[in-house]
Amino acid sequence: MTLVSENIPDLDRKRPLGAKKILGRIALYSTLLVLAAFVLMPLAVIALNSLRFNEDILRESFIGWPSRLTFENWSVAWGEACINASCTGVKPYFVASMLMVVPATLISTAVGLINGFALTKWKMPFAGLVFVAITIGVFLPPQVVLLPWAITLAWLGLSKSLAGLALVHIIQGTCFTTLFCRNYLINLPDDLIKAARIDGAGFFRTFWKIVVPLSPPIIIVTIIWQFTFIWNEFLFAVTFSSSDYRPITAALMSLNADDTGVSEYGFGSAAVLIAAIPPLVIYFLGGRYFVRGLTQGAVK
Amino acid sequence: MSHASAPPTFKPRPKGRAARIAQIIPLAVLLPTIVTTGIYIFVFVGWNIYLSLSTSTLLPVYDYAGFDAYTRLWRNPRWTTGVWNLALFGALYIILSTIVGIFLAILMDQKIKGENLLRSIFLYPIAISFVVTGTTWQWILNPSTGLEAFMRNLGWESFTFSLITNRETALYAVVIAAVWHASGFVMVMVLAALRGVDHDMVKAGQIDGAGMMKIYRRIILPAIWPVMISVVIILVQFAIKTFDLVLALTHGGPGISTTFPAMFVYDRLFAAGELAQGAAAAVWMLIGLFVIFLPVLTLSWIVRRQKGATQ
Repeated sequence: MTLVSENIPDLDRKRPLGAKKILGRIALYSTLLVLAAFVLMPLAVIALNSLRFNEDILRESFIGWPSRLTFENWSVAWGEACINASCTGVKPYFVASMLMVVPATLISTAVGLINGFALTKWKMPFAGLVFVAITIGVFLPPQVVLLPWAITLAWLGLSKSLAGLALVHIIQGTCFTTLFCRNYLINLPDDLIKAARIDGAGFFRTFWKIVVPLSPPIIIVTIIWQFTFIWNEFLFAVTFSSSDYRPITAALMSLNADDTGVSEYGFGSAAVLIAAIPPLVIYFLGGRYFVRGLTQGAVK
Repeated sequence: MSHASAPPTFKPRPKGRAARIAQIIPLAVLLPTIVTTGIYIFVFVGWNIYLSLSTSTLLPVYDYAGFDAYTRLWRNPRWTTGVWNLALFGALYIILSTIVGIFLAILMDQKIKGENLLRSIFLYPIAISFVVTGTTWQWILNPSTGLEAFMRNLGWESFTFSLITNRETALYAVVIAAVWHASGFVMVMVLAALRGVDHDMVKAGQIDGAGMMKIYRRIILPAIWPVMISVVIILVQFAIKTFDLVLALTHGGPGISTTFPAMFVYDRLFAAGELAQGAAAAVWMLIGLFVIFLPVLTLSWIVRRQKGATQ
């Protein structure tokens, strides 16, 4: 209930803080800190374990302070750990993920931006219908199209390849990026476009000279979201890839499922962190845009 | 934008061939998306429905077997358990994430220091994949490696925390990991909505002597209501698609105690060689999504119309 009264500018600010209020602040900050510690705990545990010796982890527990440090877990996880009987570490899977994610992100973003422009600034005969279809595309459970995709990719000769996987992500992702960009571009003043048209600029010229220079905020948001989503995606990654070209999420699951012999939590933790680093880096670098994407584009 | 100051004496272009070409270009640009999205949504979903009505087992067969696969599906305990698990998990996940998220948002809205840092900490799980989330929580909750071993090492020999290995409670382990993943997201959404509340109106209400309940009901709730609808829609989606989180956390076990519809579909299609049954299960996932979305979307439409009427 304090929500509102704290929100408005204090009318009687000059009054000294009462004991009750100080206690309230202490309770507030300690609650926030405890919750923050809880949220950080899994990441901290994994990060600490990636620096511990495996025998220490097995002897003590997964939760613990490294009594002696090692950086070997990281190099083993990167280049030597055995996943599905091939001892290459996560490096090839990390590279495979990059090779799939970067083009899929860039292409779907570019297509989404130009689609959004066509949908909002040019009178299209059935723009409303296209918009509805694209919204359905965003919400469709992937399981419903899994089998048709598998059959189609085989027919195209793209099954079990990174190109096929990227294609699936581009086509599905375009629904999302078009929705994002449409919601952004609809607020662009129509007069700008009209003025350009009066000056004789056509579709593509207007797009390059007016829309693209005004779109960096939504381009960044879209790239962040597409990159994070495609990097983290698992169902398609495991279904449409072979053991040679497996994205890192799928490889990590195999590592996790390998319950043969002693569990190698040390380099397992490093591998988990390596898989989590790219989206985390993007998240912390583009935090402002990440939040903007959440609160504006995605949910209108 | 010097373009905006074009001379007003300009004459509209005559409607000739060039104008018609200019009309076609945007359509041509959209065409690839219209075609691929049309195929992906209508053809693929229709194809999946068609296969669910066939006798396909290991390979797709295009004959008609009626609703045979559907009857077999609902006789399969793996499926019915999965549906029940999803209902229980979905309800707990959505309610708890929402409560924790709103609670966090209210705490964060108290003019606190270090808001940006705290917000980044609370939100970061949403950037992490379900595979990583599931693996990490599996290690922490696993009795032989995680919290139980930790407490026993500290000297509390009888400490037992076997949530994940117990048939009755494993589902709650999934709930913990999923709520951990989503709460920050709910917080950010609610916080943005709270910041959008018109403070002048709140102040005016207080000066007029309106009680907290009234201010809440008239000013704050209407402002965050549409956001809550979006949040629930997104959480419902996450719940129905739950697959990799469970796979990494519990593998659907112990037994089938944490199996989910999304896992069942994958298992039927690519492991059990029961294509028709897998396709039928996927159709039910789609139906489930619609059945939940329809009332939510209707509600959102009503709220929006009411808002339009009062403005």
